[in-house]
Amino acid sequence: MSFINYSSREINCKIVYYGPGLCGKTTNLQYIYNKTNPEAKGKMISLATETERTLFFDFLPLSLGEIRGFKTRFHLYTVPGQVFYDASRKLILKGVDGVVYVGDSQMERMEANIESLENLGSNLQEQGYDLAKLPYVVQYNKRDLPNAIPLPELEEALNPTKVPSFEAVAPKGVGVFDTLKAVAKLVLTELRKGG
Amino acid sequence: MIQQLVMYEEELQQINAVCEILHRDSNARAVLLIDKNGQAMAQAGDTHELDVTSLSSLTAGNVAATGGIASLLAEKEFAGQFLEGEKTSYHVSIVGQRVILVVLFDERSSLGLVRLRVRKAANELTHVLDVMVKKSASGSGQPSVFSEITDDDIDNLFND
Repeated sequence: MSFINYSSREINCKIVYYGPGLCGKTTNLQYIYNKTNPEAKGKMISLATETERTLFFDFLPLSLGEIRGFKTRFHLYTVPGQVFYDASRKLILKGVDGVVYVGDSQMERMEANIESLENLGSNLQEQGYDLAKLPYVVQYNKRDLPNAIPLPELEEALNPTKVPSFEAVAPKGVGVFDTLKAVAKLVLTELRKGG
Repeated sequence: MIQQLVMYEEELQQINAVCEILHRDSNARAVLLIDKNGQAMAQAGDTHELDVTSLSSLTAGNVAATGGIASLLAEKEFAGQFLEGEKTSYHVSIVGQRVILVVLFDERSSLGLVRLRVRKAANELTHVLDVMVKKSASGSGQPSVFSEITDDDIDNLFND
């Protein structure tokens, strides 16, 4: 649910990075944080365990510039990936405007990928959303690992609706901004339709 | 799809006025109004040293988690929360089931006074929010600028 403030001329949107544990959601946000000008970003918050696993969420506020005199502000969130944090994941999806699903390219994580994707669909449904109608992109992370599954196989398993998808190596930044730009564009396009 | 919230000048002025009065009458350090998704809507008082964006996001997360606990306990919601600090205390209440009113206060005020003033402010805010929700739904007030956004406008955001 984007929040439009005509008074301060701001559009605020919420984008959620979803995916299985250790797929690189937080790494995506960290890369964006490190590569963004200080004036365009706020503080990045990570509510993590002592071993740096996301406990509740990571949060990064980002300004993308102006569109027709309105400042566009994106709030990026990640969810905790581990299966048992499902209650927290549901909470973070509330009010979402766009979703990035981050899949792990490694063969041994395929089951976790599929489980997380199904979990995304059902949690969105519980909040009254339909993934098919939401601005949504897919990122295949860890493309540099030797056990990475070929792209067509990933596409078939994780992207049946053929939404925009991107190959990524998040620690090096490969594909990170492409993914963000794609989802941000879809969110703004959706806003235009709604307007 | 869940309804979009739109804030127009008139409602913002009314909300700001309520927050200012609450800030003054409760002797608070600062007052924040936050939507349940974590977006700051209005603020009053000594906020220049606060990271309002982060506070808003964490408060919304906190309220969402508390709401999750409430539903597990078969409660509709916990309408308020109070965190007592050594110097600053933090009082949270949910207004009209959709926004969060935060009052930060120190030794110049007290929990009793804050609670009393929040109750009055919450009633007034509920009324303004009802109007805001109706306006957002009908799209009245001002013509939408977003229907005029072109693909080029969107692309230009990313030309860095």
